[in-house]
Amino acid sequence: MIVGDTFRPGIFVDALAFIADNPAFLAGKALEQLVLAGAALGLALLVALPFGIVLGHLHRGSGIAIGASIFARALPSLAAIAFLLPVLGIGFLNNAIALAILAAGPLLTNAFEGVEGVDRDAVDAARGMGMSAGQILRRVELPLAVPLLMTGIRVAAVTVVATAPIAAIAGGGGLGDVIVNQASYRLKGVLGASLCVMALSAAVFLCLVALQNALTPKGLVRTRVVGDLPPGKELQ
Amino acid sequence: MDDDGPVIPDFGEGSSCVTDNRTFCWDWAREHWGDTLQPAVLQHLWLTAIAIAIGFVLAFGLALLAHRVRRVEHPIGVGAALLYTIPSLALFQLLVPLTGITTTTVEIALVAYTLVILYPNIVAGLDGAPPEVVEAARGMWLTRRQVLTRVELPLAVPAIVGGLRIAVVSTIAIATIAAFLLPKGLGYPIFYAIKLPEPFKTEIYAAGALAIGLALLCDGGLVLLRRALVPWARKGGA
Repeated sequence: MIVGDTFRPGIFVDALAFIADNPAFLAGKALEQLVLAGAALGLALLVALPFGIVLGHLHRGSGIAIGASIFARALPSLAAIAFLLPVLGIGFLNNAIALAILAAGPLLTNAFEGVEGVDRDAVDAARGMGMSAGQILRRVELPLAVPLLMTGIRVAAVTVVATAPIAAIAGGGGLGDVIVNQASYRLKGVLGASLCVMALSAAVFLCLVALQNALTPKGLVRTRVVGDLPPGKELQ
Repeated sequence: MDDDGPVIPDFGEGSSCVTDNRTFCWDWAREHWGDTLQPAVLQHLWLTAIAIAIGFVLAFGLALLAHRVRRVEHPIGVGAALLYTIPSLALFQLLVPLTGITTTTVEIALVAYTLVILYPNIVAGLDGAPPEVVEAARGMWLTRRQVLTRVELPLAVPAIVGGLRIAVVSTIAIATIAAFLLPKGLGYPIFYAIKLPEPFKTEIYAAGALAIGLALLCDGGLVLLRRALVPWARKGGA
């Protein structure tokens, strides 16, 4: 499927030149990708986050939370995009929903684990102070669950941004358009766009790590997020 | 694995179900199991097995190093977390100028992702042995190597298998992206069927379901493995 270009390490210099020559074009494509990713993340946040929080608050449905995390990992992004294609057709809606499904797993699981795992003594103390269930959720459980909630949001956001280029084969647009179209953009263009995709994902990751550190309540021991990954919780 | 890839069937013929492109045509799946689906499953398993095997050896070595030399533990972890944010499609393409459009390119990327998942899990497992247990072992005049092989490693098994579960399931999912580069694995039938003028539903659903099924099957297998290896641990990580 790829013809014409010779494989030589010097092609990376050409790729950087491609980025330097087409900043506006690539920025536009990056924006397209961020809009798609943002829509998908928003959709997933709207549905999965409240669901996970409510399940965690009720201490019910750990099977759903664990199942969601395994299924989200087992579902190939390519399959998620392809599955809904016959129903929703090629374009923005199909891709946004497919990416939202991929993002829902880590959001749901981490929201559940975060709220469910809040120290029971803290909840009992709050109840003893006369707090209602809603107050306990808002003022005790949610603040204490922030680290895991943010972990879920970070993993979901990186997943969505990193997967969005694949949506290009189903009319998703964005930088993926360049990556899957070597016939038009040549290898240097494909590599340039790949570098941009990489930078975009890393930027989203680092921004959300910073946000996570900023939002974690001061009373909680700050978990160093980068490089401090509890097994099974952090990565996708 | 190194044969010519799956034979691409002609969708123009076949039952009315196929020509009408209905939701799922069992007759197509039966007819093309031998020439399309089964080879894709085997290629997929092979891609995954190589990536997991190499990734596990590398991750284990790095984890032992980090366990011994604590100073390198954090830098390796940061590098691993950042590496995991690289989108698979971009990583495959960026390796092309170095290793060409080959299985090697796909494997390098897949190994990188498994490494990133396995390394922190193995480190956490090795560091997870309670200090008093390690002290007791030292008190029984076990050497450092004996403490590692007889105490820390057995106690790390649940965490290591937990990491393997995530790595295997993720790798099976990510390996579908290899289809953007090579006509190999379960991603290729999906990739091919999407690009038809009218996406061929049966092939998309069959290959997608096989990929998910394969991942869940391997996950279940590893759960059984953990039960066999550590019968004393009734409940492990999700």
